[in-house]
Amino acid sequence: MSFVARQLDYPYGLHDASFEFPQNGLITIAGPNGAGKSTLLGILAGLRSPYSGSCMFDGEEIRHWSKREFARRVAFLPQNVRMEFPFTVEEVVLMGRTPYASGWFQTAEDRSAAEEAMTTTDTLSFRGRDFRTLSGGEAQRVILASALTQRPEVLLLDEPATHLDLRHQLSLYRLLGELSKSRLVVAVTHDLNLALQFSDRVMVLEDGRIAGDGTPANVLNPALIARVFGVQATVHGGLNGTWMTYEV
Amino acid sequence: MSRSVLLSTAVLVAVVIIAPLLGSSHIELGRAFAGVSPDHEIFFYARLPRVILALLGGAALSVTGVLFQCMLRDPLAEPYTLGVSSGASVGAVIAICLGWRATGVASLAGAALVLLMVLGMAVDGRRLSSFTLLLTGVTMNSMAFAVILFLHNLASFSQSFAISRWLMGGLEAVEYSTLAWLAVVVIGVSTLVMAYAPHWNLLAVGDDWAASRGVSTVRLTTMGYIAGSVLTGLVTSLTGPIGFVGLIVPHALRLKLGADHRALLPCAFLLGGAFLVVCDTLSRTVIAPTEIPVGVLTALCGGPFFLWLLKSRRRSLWL
Repeated sequence: MSFVARQLDYPYGLHDASFEFPQNGLITIAGPNGAGKSTLLGILAGLRSPYSGSCMFDGEEIRHWSKREFARRVAFLPQNVRMEFPFTVEEVVLMGRTPYASGWFQTAEDRSAAEEAMTTTDTLSFRGRDFRTLSGGEAQRVILASALTQRPEVLLLDEPATHLDLRHQLSLYRLLGELSKSRLVVAVTHDLNLALQFSDRVMVLEDGRIAGDGTPANVLNPALIARVFGVQATVHGGLNGTWMTYEV
Repeated sequence: MSRSVLLSTAVLVAVVIIAPLLGSSHIELGRAFAGVSPDHEIFFYARLPRVILALLGGAALSVTGVLFQCMLRDPLAEPYTLGVSSGASVGAVIAICLGWRATGVASLAGAALVLLMVLGMAVDGRRLSSFTLLLTGVTMNSMAFAVILFLHNLASFSQSFAISRWLMGGLEAVEYSTLAWLAVVVIGVSTLVMAYAPHWNLLAVGDDWAASRGVSTVRLTTMGYIAGSVLTGLVTSLTGPIGFVGLIVPHALRLKLGADHRALLPCAFLLGGAFLVVCDTLSRTVIAPTEIPVGVLTALCGGPFFLWLLKSRRRSLWL
């Protein structure tokens, strides 16, 4: 197990959440606005500290982990990065090496890790560009590359596909699917069809409580969707998989 | 990176050698070093201490500018626009009125107090918009100015003269012993700040960004604000409020070097120093023998620059 939570509580965000996450696979967290998705992800990332109950990573309470040790194993991707200063793509990617840094200068290993991550995310060709000039899709891939240079066992992503067009959404989730073969990927999403299509497991939150947790086909049924999201969903099945349409 | 630091060092050294030779009366370097009067006195007792003060002051203000901009993620932040310089001024004016010797400590306290109030505007821990930040700075400046006017009104004639002379932000020759401890503090604090340059890079992107990569953000930010208060407070107590150095120098450097604090901070230190030495030399020579206070000069150059910067990023100001 990687994360194990018991009666996890966070003020105004999360109530009595208990779950266990395996060491690999793609888990999506869905739910209406304000359901506690980002709060949960923040706790898993070690960024929301005074939680009550228990939330362990690798057998150790998250708040007891040293930040540096934790960052070598768990990487967090914020929803969006509003860059104010002219950092280049490569500089942004190399920031992921901070938990390994021992001094002021980057090592050859840092550079090769960055190179590898930029190859995986197909960002090598614009490594010298000012991050602020990138399109939404390019920026998202650079942020992913930066997280990958941490060489993490867990990737936590907050709505990674929100600002992307259809093609980039699909290619991002395909990449996350690839990555989840050897590590745990947890992504918050609003798109139930992406969750249905790509994830191994879906957790649905409602008012800070877990309303459903299991395989996408089991959890994302019309009854649960009507209760949690307040829309009528119809599940369609075909040769190319399952998808849903909704109406209010 | 190392090339730009070397180049900045060369510029600073050149400026520091040339600046003391310029002024209302002509002197020669050879005669000054040979101990020939009056060149010796003018060089070593009138001009060199003032050049060193300008160097340390410019370096400190410019490093503080980089720090505040990084921590608040806003290129418009600097000691003067945030009202921190004014806070330091209030401290110093109180010290002058009460006849305290420790103007430095009083300035530091004033600077720290204003900074706490500005940061208090971000109670929920979120970043301040430029709009809130600048309005807070404007308010702080007005309040500080009101206090200063009131104290000025109460002050005796000689205190009043000392206050208004000091408020114009002028550099004057100070004793070498004062310069020595100023140098120790400014160089010490700046070195400490530079040691964390890779971490400042992450903080300049975002708090969560830095924290999720193993940076102790609370400790780093606390250190940054203390360093900023110390640098601004001490320098202001000796020079009066000098605005916009911390805005112009970092901005120009980012255009040339990019945002990497490992290059930015050392170059801001070196060229911030050089910049204020040049400004001070101009203020001594342009309409010699009359001097323009250097604070007036930097405000006259920096004000329009600030407006231009504001206009060019007006859209994001409202976010």
